[in-house]
Amino acid sequence: MSSHYEAPIREPLVIGEKSYHDISVDVGAPVLGKANKSWWIVFTISLIAFLWGLGCIIYTVSTGIGVWGLNKTIGWAWDITNFVWWVGIGHAGTLISAVLLLFRQKWRMAVNRSAEAMTIFAVVQAGLFPIIHMGRPWLAYWVLPIPNQFGSLWVNFNSPLLWDVFAISTYLSVSLVFWWTGLLPDFAMIRDRTTSPFQKKIYGILSFGWSGRVKDWQRFEEVSLVLAGLATPLVLSVHTIVSFDFATSVVPGWHSTIYPPYFVAGAIFSGFAMVQTLLIVMRKVSNLENYITVLHIEYMNKVILLTGGIVTVAYLIEYFIGWYSGVPYENYTYLSFGAATGPYWWAFWALIICNLIVPLTLWVKKLRRNILWTFIVAFIINIGMWFERFDIIVIDLSKDRLTSSWTMFEPTFVDIGTFIGTIGFFFVLFLLYARTFPVIAQAEVKTILKSSGEQFKRLRAEHGDDHHHHVEVESYPAAEGPSANIPKNDQFNGPSEEFNAEENRVDSEARKAGLDNMLSRLGTFDPAVQTQDDLTKISGVGPILEQKLHEIGIFTFDQVSRMTKRDYDLLDEIITEFPGRAERDDWAGQAEILKNKK
Amino acid sequence: MASKKIHAIYTDDDLLLQAVKQTRAEHYHIEEVFTPFPVHGLDSAAGVAPTRIAITSFLYGLLGLSVAVTMLNFIMIEDWPQNIGGKPSFAFYTNMPAFIPVMFEMTVFFAAHLMVVTFYMRSKIWPFKKAENPDPRTTDDRFLMAIDAENHDIDILTKFLYDTGAEEIRLIENEQEH
Repeated sequence: MSSHYEAPIREPLVIGEKSYHDISVDVGAPVLGKANKSWWIVFTISLIAFLWGLGCIIYTVSTGIGVWGLNKTIGWAWDITNFVWWVGIGHAGTLISAVLLLFRQKWRMAVNRSAEAMTIFAVVQAGLFPIIHMGRPWLAYWVLPIPNQFGSLWVNFNSPLLWDVFAISTYLSVSLVFWWTGLLPDFAMIRDRTTSPFQKKIYGILSFGWSGRVKDWQRFEEVSLVLAGLATPLVLSVHTIVSFDFATSVVPGWHSTIYPPYFVAGAIFSGFAMVQTLLIVMRKVSNLENYITVLHIEYMNKVILLTGGIVTVAYLIEYFIGWYSGVPYENYTYLSFGAATGPYWWAFWALIICNLIVPLTLWVKKLRRNILWTFIVAFIINIGMWFERFDIIVIDLSKDRLTSSWTMFEPTFVDIGTFIGTIGFFFVLFLLYARTFPVIAQAEVKTILKSSGEQFKRLRAEHGDDHHHHVEVESYPAAEGPSANIPKNDQFNGPSEEFNAEENRVDSEARKAGLDNMLSRLGTFDPAVQTQDDLTKISGVGPILEQKLHEIGIFTFDQVSRMTKRDYDLLDEIITEFPGRAERDDWAGQAEILKNKK
Repeated sequence: MASKKIHAIYTDDDLLLQAVKQTRAEHYHIEEVFTPFPVHGLDSAAGVAPTRIAITSFLYGLLGLSVAVTMLNFIMIEDWPQNIGGKPSFAFYTNMPAFIPVMFEMTVFFAAHLMVVTFYMRSKIWPFKKAENPDPRTTDDRFLMAIDAENHDIDILTKFLYDTGAEEIRLIENEQEH
């Protein structure tokens, strides 16, 4: 039979005694529930920032690029800095979903959905800049090779800026379908769980009528694998092409063959930093700490360490080559003494400290597993990687070959406002996503539950590795009669809960008295005047448990909310499968909240 | 089309996989299996042929590459062989390094998108398609096996399914959707 063996040395990826249903409930909760106050506060702030940025963009386009701080020497500054920064952030999403899939990394499953969302939203922000930094953005469609009335005047395919158009649009569209295809089973889960007809309709459309047939799953897995195989070279090529904007130029400091791999490493570095920033907040806000665990954070920190190390080596190589080349112009460029001591020394040292020095702390296991410190480091890396792009673009341009054209750059409020606007737009999209999309790929997490779930790892540790996860059905007919095929209580998982229904019937007289006592405390249910609540809304209560509660006479949240330790103990006596569960999940507390929400 | 079938619902993927194997061994015809997540090995156990979607993707990639080469050659070499910054435009190969990024991107673009469209069409999924899973719990935590019951003794079949560990067994009659 299929083995779920996993080396005991591996830490669990799903914490808590989770069943398949629990995963659906936990992932569905933010979508099926209502937004809280802090969500609205953050959303409002983001929206204001976005609208402000929109104003700046409209002002730029209608007045002219002159409202930015650019000058004749420095024709690219914040616009392209932000463009490269956003594209770089977008890369971690594809890396997590594609590269880690090719390497069969199970830990990707809890983080890939949000990382991909981050990719899409970051690339949308990046895509704004190539348009708005144009002098005549209304002629932007001229970059496309469309037959036209100018004798069919085409575009020049020698330019990396045109390659950018192809790269970014391919990247965005392929990431989008990759993400969406993965979402179909999760949308289907929401569609089948929601009770609101409006949501049912919406998620019915979004899920494309996904039914989960065995053939669909087979194709689904193949498509995911092939898309991962396509997205991996894509993610490498896209940032390579972005780096060509600089590397194919003749500008000292830009003209460098190390750019393609170094930009890609930097992109993954900054992208993972952004994933950390977002997920550390999200796991808390959306109550997903059992799925996005400290282990996930540590793994991501290790990727940050690796790519940060690559970036560091690249800096050192650039520095060395600048000196080794013997070209005097290189002395004024990026990472040379001119950068470290020149007028932009502060930007240079901000980069060194944020990208090279601070991430080194992650070598310490204690700090790597410290959530607060990870958050701080991730934030610092985001700043550092912005400075990296700023330094490459602005420092190199500010001191080029002719000393007569040396100059400085100062951003205007429009430069800054536009950047803030894109940050606002990004968070508007991300916050809306977090409320409406299943933020964890629940169908994928369910596939690793038995191999990497905490409960199953513990059971394997106790019972040995060759222990099956279900009772062997001997064959038909089972040698000892049908009952031989019915799972026992001490077996690994779920089915027992249903099959033992008979044994657990509330029958003994002593219990009956205890129950009557309990009902008198909780209040009895009168179907004539009261309506029963959907008790399965309480996390930890499934349809079977709900049935049992009904047997006892508990039908409403109101009754559950009055439960105390004494009632829990009594409940444990009657429902023997999950001792201590009601107390651990705090049914009363949950019911109290649900009751008030009604 | 069977007008009579049996839906056996399981609570566990391993149990389902075993049941599928036993059902096949008994030569009952499994019409469909609905699961909330991909169960490893279920497709071969249920006798589903391997998918050829990766092959289509390869072909689409070749198509994308040819479109790119044709486009670049026509625009840059044949239609307007201009001198742009001293780049050689005499033949395709003389300026090919500058064409590689676009050739690569278009290959990926065609291979990815056309494969996904193929997947959607072959699996018959699109935005306003109605879901066809017979039980809403099959997207959550239940596993449903639909068996053709037309030519079988229902009692024996039911008993057999019960022995495989099915949690719920339902007889579906004349439920045809056309």
